[in-house]
Amino acid sequence: MDPIQIIFIVVALVVLAAAVMVVTTPNLVRAALWLVLALFGTAGAYVLLNAGFIAVAQVVIYIGAISILMIFAVMLTRRVMTDSGPQTHQTWWLPALLSAALFAGLVWMLSGWSGFEASMPAYSDANQVVELGVALVSPEGFLIPFEVASVLLSAALIGAIYVAWDRD
Amino acid sequence: MLDNWLFVGIFVLIGAVFPIAPILMGKFLGPNKPNPIKADTYECGMETVGESWIQFKVQYYIFALAFLIFDVEVVFLFPWAVAFDQLGIFAVVSGITFIIILVDALVYAWRKGALEWA
Amino acid sequence: MDFLTNPVDAIREWLLGLMANMPAPWPDVIVNLLGVVVVASFGLGLVIILVWVERKVAARFQDRFGPNRVGPYGLFQTVADILKLFTKEDTTPDNADKPVYNLAPILSLFSVLLIWAVIPFSKDWLGTDLNVGVLYIVAVGSLGALAVLMAGWSSNNKFALLGAFRTVAQLVSYEVPLVISILIPVLLARSMGVHAIVDAQDTFFGMFFFMAPIAAVIFFISSIAEVGRTPFDLLEAESEIVAGFHIEYSGAKFAMIFAGEFLHAFTIAVLTATLFFGGWRGPGAEAYPILGWVYFMAKSLGVYLIVSWIRSTLPRIRIDHMLSFNWKYLTPLALATLIVTALLTKILEGQAVWYQSLVMFLSNVVLFLIANEIVKWRESKKPGRQVVGQPRPVARPPAEPAAEAEA
Repeated sequence: MDPIQIIFIVVALVVLAAAVMVVTTPNLVRAALWLVLALFGTAGAYVLLNAGFIAVAQVVIYIGAISILMIFAVMLTRRVMTDSGPQTHQTWWLPALLSAALFAGLVWMLSGWSGFEASMPAYSDANQVVELGVALVSPEGFLIPFEVASVLLSAALIGAIYVAWDRD
Repeated sequence: MLDNWLFVGIFVLIGAVFPIAPILMGKFLGPNKPNPIKADTYECGMETVGESWIQFKVQYYIFALAFLIFDVEVVFLFPWAVAFDQLGIFAVVSGITFIIILVDALVYAWRKGALEWA
Repeated sequence: MDFLTNPVDAIREWLLGLMANMPAPWPDVIVNLLGVVVVASFGLGLVIILVWVERKVAARFQDRFGPNRVGPYGLFQTVADILKLFTKEDTTPDNADKPVYNLAPILSLFSVLLIWAVIPFSKDWLGTDLNVGVLYIVAVGSLGALAVLMAGWSSNNKFALLGAFRTVAQLVSYEVPLVISILIPVLLARSMGVHAIVDAQDTFFGMFFFMAPIAAVIFFISSIAEVGRTPFDLLEAESEIVAGFHIEYSGAKFAMIFAGEFLHAFTIAVLTATLFFGGWRGPGAEAYPILGWVYFMAKSLGVYLIVSWIRSTLPRIRIDHMLSFNWKYLTPLALATLIVTALLTKILEGQAVWYQSLVMFLSNVVLFLIANEIVKWRESKKPGRQVVGQPRPVARPPAEPAAEAEA
């Protein structure tokens, strides 16, 4: 097997295992830390797809900022200190059945896809970020979404301050 | 290009080993006499009363959130800065507009007093 | 190639020649592995020397000798300290979250070591030339904040948790001007790779320090705050919060946190020298890579000495002053510098390098003066502390009863 395939399988197993631990750990802070591991694995997957910039941006934003925000939000509640109770629901077989059906449907759909044999397009990494930059600000590219993104970010900041900041 | 990242991948694996080795060495070299007083929580010599939990101020959350917003903004600006040679003056002005919209948000936070530590 | 002028490449060629008949990926992997071990050991070995340098320099600033008994000039003092720390008992506080408690110091040193993978020590002597090197450095540096939070949380100690929250608030706040001011050399060099940024500083006046002095100073100040050195070390001060988030750590784990902090301080000196002062550039560095390494170490040590100088000179800043300095002065100034630099770079495209440097330097000076005026104007608007001169009560002897009886 290709060494890249082996590395991909390892990375994918790490992401899956970490994701399973996120939803099954009773301790909320540990769940946030397992999420950090899952995000690391995703960054590794981006590297394998030759998208270095997206991988590093993932680590900067998700792990550097959003995980810290999530851990703060978890610690803001008192729930984190108390026992979370039983981990499984009484009628757990129904969601399990539905997810198994969804999984089977996805596998059936993907098995007919012809893209598995396609090789990665030849891509010079030196121009990767330059092309992304040009696409972001060119009017034929993504200029309007770029500016809308900044409005969205401002709205997020203003909204969060309005909701969270209590004037005394 | 993946070769460049191979170095980083190996560094991640070995870089995890480098701090673990001294800690393991410390475990073996040091004495091991556990004692309930030694394992007590430190509070300048006094006994601890109550749980080890403090009231979390919402201020910490606001700072982390403002950091997140500006972090995302700068990550958007990195490709813009790298592609500077290919851009005309219009693209430069649109990048500056992006920054100014977020400066407005910072001014709002400032005037509302959300950036105080109080 | 000649071994004396370029030892690293000569060794690499020899190793690749030795393994020429192994299957495809292994020679690369092994050479990379050796490179990783060399770079990481260099980083960790530097810590040992750095602790000694730090103690001697701080001592000299305080008009005393520093360690001078253990070995000649006290050189083995750090070795003695390390031996002491490793033979301490490894206690864990009860009710501490054991896996997280053990993982936090590892992550703290790991996040600093990983930065050394992309730094160019000389021409072609570098771990790897990532095309997103600068953002990689920011990404890995932000893992340190996560390590602090983990350490504070898992110690099951009120002071550790409080210290961890405040430390993370400081680290996270000062990352904003750091990232904005890193964007300016990226803008000037048109590339995110650290190797390319050093390559773009080819003349003396092309050093990015002359093109963007405000960015260099903001990067320097924010990095000092990121490391947590004085004047921003409120969170580890013994008298304030009794060592903050690492109260419950002792022995080898504390040594790892401590080593991570020292290495981080030197790493920011290296980054400032690389991004703003030209890294390994100097006369004759292209022909003789070993000279490039000498220039690199000299520049980094110079900046590190300035960091120690600041540490020995300035008092500690209070946390609300620290945070308002960040959000109300550094961030707007960094954003304004970014806008001005972007506009000027586009307008002055294609002119001579010294002309661009001059215009940008002057524009930065003007921006700094405007910022100062704005701060002064805001300070004058505030109701300051009025020194009201009230007549102070003066002790007077009581009126003479004889004079009263007379009158």
